[in-house]
Amino acid sequence: MEEILAKAKKVAEAAEVFLLSSEETPLQFEANRLKSIQTKQSTHLALRIIKEGRLGYATTTEPTARQGLVDSAVETARFGMPAKFELPSPTTYPKVDTLDPAVESTPLEKMSRLGEELIAIITEHTPDIICEAMVAKETISLKLINSRDGQASYKKSIFSLGIIGSLIRDTDMLFVGEGQSSGHPITQPKEIARVVLNQLELAKNQASAPTRELPVIFTPRGVVSAFIPSLMMAFNGKTVLEGASPIGNKLGKKVFDQKISLWDDPTIAYRPHSRPCDDEGVASQRTPLIEQGKVASFLYDLQTAALANTRSTGSGRRGGGLPVPSASTIIIAPDKTPFDDMVSDMKEGLVIEQLMGAEQGNILGGDFSGNVLLGYKVESGKIVGRVKNTMVSGNVYQALREVTAIGSQAEWVGGMVSTPPIYCPRLSVASKG
Amino acid sequence: MPDIQAVGRQLVKDLKKYRADYIEARLEESQRSHITYRGRELESVGQSTAVGGNIRALVKGGWGFTSFNELSDLPSRVELAVKQAKLVGKEESRLASVEPAVDTVASEKDSPLTISLSEKKQLLDEYNDIIWRTPRLQTSVIGYADSHKKTIFLNSAGSYIQQQRTDITLRLSAVAAGDGEVQQAGLSLGSRGDFSSIKGLHQEVAEMAKNAVALLSAPQVKGGEYTVVLDPVLAGVFVHEAFGHLSEADFVYENERLRQVMVLGRKFGRPELNIVDSAALPGLRGSYKYDDEGVPAKKTYLIKEGKLVGRLHSRETAARMNEKPTGNARAINYSFPPIVRMTNTYIEPGAASFEEIIADIKEGVYAKNWFGGTTSMEMFTFSAGEAYMIRNGKLAEALRPVVLTGNVFTTLNNIDAIGNDLDMNQGGGCGKAGQMPLPVSNGSPHIRIRKCLVGGS
Repeated sequence: MEEILAKAKKVAEAAEVFLLSSEETPLQFEANRLKSIQTKQSTHLALRIIKEGRLGYATTTEPTARQGLVDSAVETARFGMPAKFELPSPTTYPKVDTLDPAVESTPLEKMSRLGEELIAIITEHTPDIICEAMVAKETISLKLINSRDGQASYKKSIFSLGIIGSLIRDTDMLFVGEGQSSGHPITQPKEIARVVLNQLELAKNQASAPTRELPVIFTPRGVVSAFIPSLMMAFNGKTVLEGASPIGNKLGKKVFDQKISLWDDPTIAYRPHSRPCDDEGVASQRTPLIEQGKVASFLYDLQTAALANTRSTGSGRRGGGLPVPSASTIIIAPDKTPFDDMVSDMKEGLVIEQLMGAEQGNILGGDFSGNVLLGYKVESGKIVGRVKNTMVSGNVYQALREVTAIGSQAEWVGGMVSTPPIYCPRLSVASKG
Repeated sequence: MPDIQAVGRQLVKDLKKYRADYIEARLEESQRSHITYRGRELESVGQSTAVGGNIRALVKGGWGFTSFNELSDLPSRVELAVKQAKLVGKEESRLASVEPAVDTVASEKDSPLTISLSEKKQLLDEYNDIIWRTPRLQTSVIGYADSHKKTIFLNSAGSYIQQQRTDITLRLSAVAAGDGEVQQAGLSLGSRGDFSSIKGLHQEVAEMAKNAVALLSAPQVKGGEYTVVLDPVLAGVFVHEAFGHLSEADFVYENERLRQVMVLGRKFGRPELNIVDSAALPGLRGSYKYDDEGVPAKKTYLIKEGKLVGRLHSRETAARMNEKPTGNARAINYSFPPIVRMTNTYIEPGAASFEEIIADIKEGVYAKNWFGGTTSMEMFTFSAGEAYMIRNGKLAEALRPVVLTGNVFTTLNNIDAIGNDLDMNQGGGCGKAGQMPLPVSNGSPHIRIRKCLVGGS
């Protein structure tokens, strides 16, 4: 890396070398049994330069690549965007726990047993269910150095356990599932099994939904499938800078219900996106996005922040290309209403666990419209069964402007988002019954 | 760069030293370039190279797989894959038999390799200028990417196949804003290595930008059941989501209940309905000569005259279902094992003209272009980029983009008119099991679906 940086410094005003290497071991279960064990080693080396004021960028998988990488970055800098920022000088980073060596040392046999135990609990409850499961461990190592002597490096461990069960009765198909990721090894399957068994219980009976407006409770998984994609796009500093965010000019204004507070926090320990600094070497911080219904701030990387005359929030993330603003770990604060109280408050309505296709519409504008992949009908304060062939549509900004209640208990969804259930007073429902 | 040819020749010898029911290796080297614009400005331009490979081993029905960027010490990778397969395997290995092949397949077209970055940029500049000539536009995004890939596939049965492919994608979108509302319109294009196919689209790009602005004043459709007419682009997404995924045998082969539901001969549609998947069609983004298990591509009828007649297979799913392999095992790159995927999937053309299709619709929805689609096998959704009401047999006012949903066991049977204007859309990318976007193409003529559920206000 140092050699590439030295070569790049000779031809450019500023340079940064970024190296990400990872080793991942997923165990895959198909049809209720172990089917494959994989080991994936990968290396990603990226060079970003500023030459004559413009950004150049090149990547490779070969740690031994040197001059070729520099030449390639120089070629792209002829056309690159003018760089408006300075790379970070040496910085002190917050201490964020990201590595538990116990993940890497978890034996394959133990991972295999974990998957088997999880499947055993589910199939004992519902013998004719067919499960696919995955147990995976991953160790990631990140290092970056730049021409202003800035440098950062950390290692991270991620352990994941997930399951999807399908229950087929003639042409009726039910899909249930849950997955979690953590920086620590997941040692027992009970938490995930509890969620799946609950889904199976609630979906035992079928119920029909009418075509009209109904109150809707989104479970934590429902909140993520319906609302999070739109919100993350709207709070992205880049969307704001372009004027394409519906809340871009609402900083400090109340846009959401007063009961809603939401923040991004990469400094929470042992989450899949925990990190002391972002992918540009800017220190991680907790960034409030919604404070009691008011728009509190947006997420920025270095370049976007410079263009918007503000500071980076340490949100630069690389997905193979140049860094872009991106959320890490999203927290929605719980309020005071237990989930059961929300249900018993409802005369007729829906509980949404998974909305399929909700992210396919005009998410930039906040619209969502999805098929209820897993959801339940509530009648007179009780969940009476599963609804199918039903679409729920709305707009995030209308749906969250005034909510009936926010749940008292937050849950992690996939390890990246922690949210309580959200109870919306009315949404458009279209159903075949 | 390490020479993957030399590595491949050595691997042929190394594989012989290990005991497994089957071992294969894929080695890959690729070059990519991308250019993106956000708003008026070029946002990012970059180039990348990658070299990597994988080993997959089968022992007693269990798979071991290792992928890597480091091409040194491959015998230890083979050993690891075999060891992992042994840990898993407890039954019998079954793979449909395929003649070993030794072959070299060149790129049909690879113009991005010889076209300079500045020439690529110039075309995008022209498109961006056109987009920005539209009044009331808030922003725009243009994403161009090309990749050129060389792969070597070899296995313990003696296959040694070298293939090259070049892939181009271009996605443009225009965003309009007003009164706290944001609307967008997009265009997705792609090509199997022919840069000229994304040239000369100035007219389409201008229309796209105008559409985004027009949507600001368009009403939202009222949610409910409608007779819906899909244009070839959206009908292509529909056939991919509504039926294509369900015909992938890896969902079916170990699920006894699903096997009973998906029994060959089952009626899904009317006799006019024919659905095909074929990687053997030349020059499309889903085309190839051999899949990633070294199986030759072929044309597979999924639905013929309304009945289920075939499905897509890997060697393992074909063997376990006692059917013929179809050459549909694909991996997005060397870091993944091949899984059953679609290639070029389409509804065969019928006889009706567009005018005939809409003529007797009193109130319906004409949905065009695509945002996306997804499926849970039984139920699926797909979203249109543009939509219009149909009133008394004529196209009427524009609507906000609509999301449509259906149920595979009823919706296909509700297709009651098939147009004569088959068109393949090359702009798609398919996702499955974390492997995304895989180059595919989808196509269809205009189709009419009765009683289709549309989300709305």
